[in-house]
Amino acid sequence: MKALLLRDLRLAFRSGGGFGLGLAFFFLLSVLVPLGVGPEGGTLGRIAPGILWVGALLACLLSLDRIFALDHEDGSLDLLATAPIPLEAVVAVKAFAHWLVTGLPLTVIAPGLGVFLNLPPGGYQWLVLSLLLGTPALSVIGAFGAAVTVGLRRGGLLLSLLVLPLYVPTLIFGGEVVRRGAENMALATPLALLAAISLGAAALLPFAAASAIRVNLR
Amino acid sequence: MSIWEYANPKRFMQTSAWALPWAVGLTVALLVTGLVWGFFFTPDDYKQGSTVKIIYLHVPSAMMAINAWVMMLVTSLIWIIRRHHVSALAAKAAAPVGLTFTLIALVTGALWGQPMWGTWWAWDPRLTSFLILTLFYFGYMALWAAIEDPDTAADLTSILCLVGSVFALLSRYAVNFWNQGLHQGASLSLDKEENVSDVFWQPLVICIAGFILLFITMVLLRTRTEIRARRLKALLARERVA
Repeated sequence: MKALLLRDLRLAFRSGGGFGLGLAFFFLLSVLVPLGVGPEGGTLGRIAPGILWVGALLACLLSLDRIFALDHEDGSLDLLATAPIPLEAVVAVKAFAHWLVTGLPLTVIAPGLGVFLNLPPGGYQWLVLSLLLGTPALSVIGAFGAAVTVGLRRGGLLLSLLVLPLYVPTLIFGGEVVRRGAENMALATPLALLAAISLGAAALLPFAAASAIRVNLR
Repeated sequence: MSIWEYANPKRFMQTSAWALPWAVGLTVALLVTGLVWGFFFTPDDYKQGSTVKIIYLHVPSAMMAINAWVMMLVTSLIWIIRRHHVSALAAKAAAPVGLTFTLIALVTGALWGQPMWGTWWAWDPRLTSFLILTLFYFGYMALWAAIEDPDTAADLTSILCLVGSVFALLSRYAVNFWNQGLHQGASLSLDKEENVSDVFWQPLVICIAGFILLFITMVLLRTRTEIRARRLKALLARERVA
């Protein structure tokens, strides 16, 4: 499993692949929004939590189809399916690798982009914490979507259509945590629910994703 | 005699062929009675005027939009556990019908909301969760359409339906996090003392029964079409081999 994790990370960094792409997208979005909305600080500050969360979500979405598609094309997914470790573990490891190369960097640069968007000072710690707790759910749910669409020729667009509705609860709770943090309100409930979604998704969805892969490899 | 006998497509076709005319007749009778009664023979509400009459379309279709998804969930489970093809095809057949009910509920709600709330749309918990339900229907149907092999499609859409149900339910309660919103509470329920007044209640119940039958009729019809399409495909394939 460690070897698989390292392999996935190496592939993500080396093949000129999606690693930087999601970050660049996130950055561009955060620059474009003020250009579109106008530079007025109060407005930007109010929409900043939502924009940052939506941006992180879309950036995550960009690289989802890479989780399984490349392995499916060159046949290594079949080998992984017959490997001695269970397919559920393969899915979990690949989702974790995806989180390490997208969710974690997004979390790290998010405060910097918060400055662009004039996020109120109280919001930064909660922005980082909510992304840290929420992006694993995005990766796992995305891995499920990628598993369902892996056998399709033009799965990319369909993948977003399937995954976006599944992202709704994560987005709502994540945005809510940052918004309440920025306004200095109590935020324990949405934070706990956000963590619950991540944990629940990480515990259950690998099974659904693995069964979807088995169907696709049949 | 058990319900599993209808897992045999031939048996299903026989019984549904017998049941379909009755279902169509009863649907038409109930809907005509309920809607005509509701639209023309009920008084206007003292606050809402005649706009209240949209309730006869809005409430039943909203109910059936949710029930259709529940039915898809049950048939998907049956497909995953017992692998009866009719069950998978019934789930496939129900999706567009459910989507149509969802859209009817959204559109009639908007038409009513404009004069009453002063807005076509508000990000109210109920409205938002219905919009999300629409997205789920679209995703489910798109997945069916995208996969060529029917068994693979049935498997993957069933898995999606199971996972989607959990997340749809989560979203339903997640949107409650915002304020209570504009939408009023339930005006009909079995365990409440005070329901909507009898003059509105009687035609509404008839309309609900009519919509339930409409859903059953449409699903039977569409499932029969799916089975016939499947048979046609098999015949063509056999001819090509011969």
